[in-house]
Amino acid sequence: MEARPKLHYPNGRGRMESVRWALAAAGVEFDEEFLETREQLHKLQKGKHLLFQQVPMVEIDGMKLVQTRSILHYIAEKYHLFGSDLKEKTLIDMYVEGTLDLLEMIITHPFLKPEDQQKEVVSMTQKAVIRYFPVFEKILRDHGQKFLVGNQLSLADVILLQTILALEEKVPNILAAFPHLQEFTVKISNVPTIKKFLEPGSKKKPPPDDVYVRTVYTIFAP
Amino acid sequence: MAGKPMLHYFNGRGRMESTRWLLAAAGVEFEEKLIESPEDLKKLVNEGSLMFQQVPMVEIDGMKLVQTRAILNYIATKYNLYGKDIKERALIDMYVEGVADLGEMILLLPVAPPGEKDAKLALIKEKTTNRYFPAFEKVLKSHGQDYLVGNKLSRADIHLVELIYYVEELDPSLIANFPLLKALKARVSSLPTVKKFLQPGSQRKPPLDQKTLEQGRKIFK
Repeated sequence: MEARPKLHYPNGRGRMESVRWALAAAGVEFDEEFLETREQLHKLQKGKHLLFQQVPMVEIDGMKLVQTRSILHYIAEKYHLFGSDLKEKTLIDMYVEGTLDLLEMIITHPFLKPEDQQKEVVSMTQKAVIRYFPVFEKILRDHGQKFLVGNQLSLADVILLQTILALEEKVPNILAAFPHLQEFTVKISNVPTIKKFLEPGSKKKPPPDDVYVRTVYTIFAP
Repeated sequence: MAGKPMLHYFNGRGRMESTRWLLAAAGVEFEEKLIESPEDLKKLVNEGSLMFQQVPMVEIDGMKLVQTRAILNYIATKYNLYGKDIKERALIDMYVEGVADLGEMILLLPVAPPGEKDAKLALIKEKTTNRYFPAFEKVLKSHGQDYLVGNKLSRADIHLVELIYYVEELDPSLIANFPLLKALKARVSSLPTVKKFLQPGSQRKPPLDQKTLEQGRKIFK
């Protein structure tokens, strides 16, 4: 019997949230050990549990996986969220990589100087609406299917939904010009495993607040 | 019959060089269409050839691949440089992502604001010496094999050796205390395909000079 994956990260979204989404979407239950102090991070580093002395780190199947993309790829491959052949996998890769570029802006946003934060919301909104959303809107419109690739749930759907919802928290009408993405958001949110993750009491983390930002500085600042 | 892969990028290393290395190491001949002006880039965008309006873009097997990692993942899989199973792929992915993190710092150094360049260079040297080189040296020491994963050449070895060349361009002394990395570099460099790529006249691109940086700035502003 397999042990549950164990996630090592502060108690907030950051770079681990995509992993939580992916595991949840795959219906995999997991445990979390929250980093709260610098000492805890040092303990992980000294114990040689972190290949590059960084988190995220996920203990899974006897491995200590680090690097967000490695973790996501492993989960996607193991739990069949990576398409049915190399071409589908490659499409999923492209869509995920594009979406992660956008999500990166969201992840770093709380750590910008306060005077830069509003400007950055404008910038990420423009990027979303001009560069990324039109691509996915067209894909969905052209094939008329529920999922982005291969008519089945993949990592691409999960990461895109995560990103859309995070953006909607900052800009509620960001999908106004994208009817297929609006429909996509509803449909993917209703996939049973994802629906469960979106309910209160799940391991989905709330938007980053001052407490989270301060915790991160405490643990990671040089 | 498939044509050769066609790489679309400007005439510099940037985010395309790791793809050039990987294709070359795999013994795959490729062509390049160089972007030399903002108009060249605009043309590609207007044709709808660039999914997110960005390069790198590689035409291969009937697809127009974008996003560096997606491109590399496809090539590595196609040419059997991505391990034999999911666990080997996980190790390769971790190592490759670590290489990419350090590679990103080196890539962005030329465009750092002048006041920040020295600090950024110092940080690169520190991370190379204390974080990345020790991690890879330890991997090689732990199994004593010739290659990082599965006792077989993989993309992890190719990307790491490429990175070692860039580190040496910044400061040749940084690899001094890493004998196994030096050995890996020598081993990979002497593979016939890599040896050929390292010779003058290949499609390998030189370090960024001021002229190429200015050209890049005009195209990508």
